[in-house]
Amino acid sequence: MGRVAVKGVTKRFADVTAVDHFTLEVADEEFLVLLGPSGCGKSTALRMIAGLEEPTEGTIEIGDRTVNDIEAKDRDVAMVFQSYALYPHMTVRRNVEFPLKSRKVPKPERDRLVEETTKMLGLEGLLERKPAQLSGGQRQRVALARAIVRRPQAFLMDEPLSNLDAKLRVQTRAELVELRRRLGATIVYVTHDQVEAMTMGDRIAILDQGVLQQVGPPQDVYARPANLFVARFIGNPPMNTVAGDVSRVDGTVGVQIPGGVIELPGTLGSAVERRGLEHVVLGVRPEDLILGEGSPVRATVSVIESLGHERHVICRLEDGQLIIVRQAANVPLPVEASEVGLTVDASRLHVFDAVSEQRVDA
Amino acid sequence: MSTPADAALDLRPGEAPAVTPAPRRRRFSRRAREAGLGYLLLLPAFVIFGVFVFYPFLRNFYLGFFSTPPFPGQPKNYVGLDQYRDVLSSSDFLDSLKTTITFAIITVPVGIALGILLAVLAHQKLRGIGIYRTFFSSTVATSIAVAAVIFGTLLSPQVGLLQGIQTEPSILQNPDPIVDISLPVIRSFIPSVSLVAVAVTTIWQNLGLSFILMSAGLQAVPDELQEAAEIDGAGPWSRFWRVTLPLLSPTIFFAFVVGSIFAFQAFGQIDLLTPRGGPLKTTNVLVYFIYDQLQFAKNDGKAAVLALALFGVTLLLTLVQFRFLERRVSYER
Repeated sequence: MGRVAVKGVTKRFADVTAVDHFTLEVADEEFLVLLGPSGCGKSTALRMIAGLEEPTEGTIEIGDRTVNDIEAKDRDVAMVFQSYALYPHMTVRRNVEFPLKSRKVPKPERDRLVEETTKMLGLEGLLERKPAQLSGGQRQRVALARAIVRRPQAFLMDEPLSNLDAKLRVQTRAELVELRRRLGATIVYVTHDQVEAMTMGDRIAILDQGVLQQVGPPQDVYARPANLFVARFIGNPPMNTVAGDVSRVDGTVGVQIPGGVIELPGTLGSAVERRGLEHVVLGVRPEDLILGEGSPVRATVSVIESLGHERHVICRLEDGQLIIVRQAANVPLPVEASEVGLTVDASRLHVFDAVSEQRVDA
Repeated sequence: MSTPADAALDLRPGEAPAVTPAPRRRRFSRRAREAGLGYLLLLPAFVIFGVFVFYPFLRNFYLGFFSTPPFPGQPKNYVGLDQYRDVLSSSDFLDSLKTTITFAIITVPVGIALGILLAVLAHQKLRGIGIYRTFFSSTVATSIAVAAVIFGTLLSPQVGLLQGIQTEPSILQNPDPIVDISLPVIRSFIPSVSLVAVAVTTIWQNLGLSFILMSAGLQAVPDELQEAAEIDGAGPWSRFWRVTLPLLSPTIFFAFVVGSIFAFQAFGQIDLLTPRGGPLKTTNVLVYFIYDQLQFAKNDGKAAVLALALFGVTLLLTLVQFRFLERRVSYER
């Protein structure tokens, strides 16, 4: 297994910049998730690592080699495609054997590896079938087997679970994590699904419009989003964000938002002061909001969505902005259309510069 | 004549007769009415096929029973199957059949191979590739007559590009010190220069269609399969043989079957380039032979037998292709 390093890589198609000065180092045996909305450049980045696209600028290293001038077939990586890209005219056995045959691995060795790999993925009984005779989940396994069989330096996976139904996806997610632990593999995994990213990755790299926004362990990214894009992208339901003006009352720093003033804790307030910010965006996750009287911020309960184990109370601020509050199912039910107060745990408040959209840290 | 009561009795078990409200009784069951409509709709096609295909076919068979008299005006003789036997065992027919098969063997595989080659070359994301695609497919827009005139000029002994080449009977049929062509079977299938010339014209004219077919076949192969094969370590050559070609096999099979039928029916270019069946009858393919018998020999009995033979040979060939080639085709997607 090996490391993968992407250094200052840019990819331009005609007048579109798909990936912009992207730098990232994936350690040996790390599971790194490239996360972003569709069209953010994450697949292009993966395809450049694979050798299917050539970077306009920058270098890519796999193991201890710079691979810019090395063809895809010689890069020693394996890829799992969203469509699986199984060879339809070949049986499962021949599909899995294909990478070995291409590399002229001798027949006895080939048979041993195919048997070992297909057994690991529970495909023993399906070796003589063709892809058209397999279910979606089975095809996905064949695609994985084909990638695993030759033990490459790194695995590249492009939304490998998105063609599975929801139930199978949860199951396969867990299996993939187990498999990865067993193989000790370096994996670069592209997805737009933040649940996959949160649950599978050692680290997440979030891309937007070709630009890397933040890299870090899932919990860090969730707890301390680097900018507004990440704050709004990670988390479901998404973080509430409200723009407001900075106000100073009796030495404390507050933010005037529709429906009230929110006081910033001392260190955060002084950080805002220090930067001389006038306009900020406050962010708070739905689970960090409490409904109750005696709060300075007023809102009206609009809709209550009960999900069984929890509920989402959707409120409107004075100016109509929506705020989502997540409640446990055992908390007393608020009354729809009633006026409520929103209380924020000050330590859970996120502040962003309204202009640069970057996080303001205490 | 069926009465309303009959129609009610006609109901099969499980179909309870509707009691209320009393429905309009119909003379025929729903099933019979639908079948009637079906036949009615088939009728136009049936009439057209009947007049232009089935009747001529049977009439042709019938004509083969009569020998045409040597002088016009004399009555035709009923000779039964004798004429079939005589014509089908004649050396004229066998030579013509050999010429036809040789013509197909040259034109079909070469045409398909060139079509695949051009299609693979043009299947690139390159600026201006559309210009090449247009060039490659342009022969579709030329008629066989145009192709014949172009090649007739190119190959003309007086003004053509290949003036130096000895024309007949064949450079290949001359004693050859390298290849032993003394075996009579092989010798008889070695094409004459004139047949090669006609075949080249045909290949050129069919190339546009072959290119379009193969391009369409290639477009149906997902790019991701090529990419997967590339990452799996396959070089361009291996990707072509192990991924592209098998996935193209349904298109190739189709082109092979249709191309063979076309080759067996070739006529225009042969008539235009090598009138009267070419020097020493070297391009006297079956269709031309039939035409020659009708047009010049005025022997419609013999022509009828030949026409039926052409049908039989084409049918047999197609069946053989389905039997032996189709099993190598992979239709999975």
